[in-house]
Amino acid sequence: MSITNIADNRRTLRLLPWALVFALVLFSLYTLAVSRGEPVNAMWLVTAAIGTYAIGYRFYSRFIAQRVLGLDARRRTPALRRNDGLDYVPTDKWVLFGHHFAAIAGAGPLVGPVLAAQMGYLPGTLWLLTGVIFAGAVQDFLVLFISTRRDGRSLGDLIKTEMGRVPGVIAMVGILTIMIILLAVLALVVVKALADSPWGAFTVFATLPIAVFMGVYGRYLRPGRIAEMSAIGFVLLLASIAFGRTVSESAMLAPLFTFKGETLAFMLIGYGFVASVLPVWLLLAPRDYLSTFLKIGTILSLALGIFIVWPDLKMPSISRFIDGTGPVFAGSVFPFLFITIACGAVSGFHALVSSGTTPKMIADETQTRFIGYGAMLMESFVAIMALIAASVLEPGVYFAMNSAPALIGATPDSAAAAISSWGFAVTPEALSGVAAEVGEKTILSRTGGAPTLAVGMAHILSSAVGGSAMRSFWYHFAILFEALFILTTIDAGTRVARFMIQDLLGAFFPAFGNTRAWAPNLAATAIAVSGWGYFLYQGVIDPLGGINTLWPLFGIANQMLAAIALTLCVVVLYRMKRERYAFVAIAPTAWLYVCTLSAAFEKIFHEDPRIGFLAHARKFAAAADKDQLLAPAKTLAEMQRVIFNDYVDATLCAVYVTLVLAMLGFSVRAIRAARAAQHVTTRETEDELHDLQPARA
Amino acid sequence: MNCTICSPPGLDLNHLARKLRDGAKLMVGQGDYDAYVAHLRARHDGATIMTRDEFFRARENARFGAGGERAFRCC
Repeated sequence: MSITNIADNRRTLRLLPWALVFALVLFSLYTLAVSRGEPVNAMWLVTAAIGTYAIGYRFYSRFIAQRVLGLDARRRTPALRRNDGLDYVPTDKWVLFGHHFAAIAGAGPLVGPVLAAQMGYLPGTLWLLTGVIFAGAVQDFLVLFISTRRDGRSLGDLIKTEMGRVPGVIAMVGILTIMIILLAVLALVVVKALADSPWGAFTVFATLPIAVFMGVYGRYLRPGRIAEMSAIGFVLLLASIAFGRTVSESAMLAPLFTFKGETLAFMLIGYGFVASVLPVWLLLAPRDYLSTFLKIGTILSLALGIFIVWPDLKMPSISRFIDGTGPVFAGSVFPFLFITIACGAVSGFHALVSSGTTPKMIADETQTRFIGYGAMLMESFVAIMALIAASVLEPGVYFAMNSAPALIGATPDSAAAAISSWGFAVTPEALSGVAAEVGEKTILSRTGGAPTLAVGMAHILSSAVGGSAMRSFWYHFAILFEALFILTTIDAGTRVARFMIQDLLGAFFPAFGNTRAWAPNLAATAIAVSGWGYFLYQGVIDPLGGINTLWPLFGIANQMLAAIALTLCVVVLYRMKRERYAFVAIAPTAWLYVCTLSAAFEKIFHEDPRIGFLAHARKFAAAADKDQLLAPAKTLAEMQRVIFNDYVDATLCAVYVTLVLAMLGFSVRAIRAARAAQHVTTRETEDELHDLQPARA
Repeated sequence: MNCTICSPPGLDLNHLARKLRDGAKLMVGQGDYDAYVAHLRARHDGATIMTRDEFFRARENARFGAGGERAFRCC
């Protein structure tokens, strides 16, 4: 046997286990796809996901690392070159992986898949798996690589140096709008979860004094002891969940914590303002500790729960709502599934993290693969678990929780009748039963994803620990976990938006940019809060639930940011003279352009008033002309406001379209220039080899 | 020969616990104080070194202060 033959055989032997993994993935997907009517075990979904991640990591990310980028362990990273012991610190890759994962994983991957479950679990699963392998993880990896080779500079900065000033400003505006919409939609999720729920509202309110106590403890009593204060905070949180039941059952206390959506919205807006101007150590930092650790812990327990319980998926693999008539969000699979599930498949926001703190702490550039690509795979698995949690519910219960009152009415009887007529048989008793089990008066129209996820998690976790007696505790634990997490995002986000606004306006009025002066601080905070507060209030009074309108806007914004980040990656690959491999970035970029543009066009121009903003405005205008009132408006002035809001939303979509198209134009220009040049034109930081050469006289 | 699965070479529980602790701290923006001190002693002779409490507050401010988008997460 010749030597090459032996080498070939060894190679084949090494690949054999991977062929088995691949076969297992295909068989799992086949099982998930063909089972009509019979519940499928969630472990098939878990197997398909983990197998796909393993194959994607082993083969595709390796191809990118070695062939496309040519990662080089000899290059000195910013952490080594600029080590200051603070921001630039070479860090152990596992420690950094945890940091990076904690920074990218937010509420997004928990909400999107829950909403997308209305189309069945299969479309969401397929997009989550293909999306993360070919788009999301690639984006995170490439941006992390690009930033690491450029002193850990930020996305906006990178776009400015590689593509020009205007594209840099476009990216900045994109980032600001995505934040405003994101804060609004997340606040709406909290409002929907806490409205008319004294138990939930009490526990979330209790987090305020708990966090302040932790803050004082960590500032004056035992400075810097994060573990101690977090442990104390956690015990107090559990106590508040337990006491929340007493509150909800007390005739005297329950009304004090029962709020309508509108009231909660104004409380949140006021809270966001106050929380983001207070000293950070008092409220923001301690709550950030609590919510970060709670998040990691909850994700781990959910994974453990799924592995112990092996729940069945009750949702059909593909539901009739792939035609776009679903109650949770309007619009057909393409493009709206790809907008609804943003995080978990591909999320533009990650480009900020990958060009933020992480690249400054990478000790060796070959680790960008493990941290960038790997952490995104883990986030995708979080999204898969959220999809599982939504799909273990009876479909009737799922639709009762996620449909607006305008569609299913306000009583268990009307809801059961409406949902059964859609082909998902459910009885009024079943709906009341679930509500009683989780300690709520009603579960109807608790849109926004969080309550659905909480019921699903309670189902899984109580099957593992505590049985049905613990179900209401687990439900409120899950609600508290999500609310805490979102509230932390709201005040941190409001602060960031405030700094961005001060930065932007400071360019014109220098006094405004002084982040230490009170007046500009308050003014910029007010602008930031009213920005997201406006969309939040609009969402709260929307009879179709608001999530309907806001989530697609957020999805479009987030995917648009991903398209912008990936465009940068394409341009950089061309400038590195690696155009042979540019398809790695071009394919996901093209897909995101197609998705965001079609979704934005449909949101503006679609003839169905449930989808198109202009059609919705026309419907209200026609009614107003005839002096008719359409819900939610109670006066003609309110009718006008609804119409105005539609135009605001349509304009926002148009702004997104313009930004994306402008970016496309700039990238074409940059690519042509790179192709015309004879040599590498990208601007990497000079590496060690150059640094060591003596300066030329 | 040792079985590498039952007793993997280099498994050191103290080491593991330290990594977990470092990882948890870095998740909330608190870097390694000892590494900071070691770095300043080695590279910047005579520089003022922050105390542990000062370091903690400086990192807290870097995470939430102006220009920091570090505590903001979405997805």
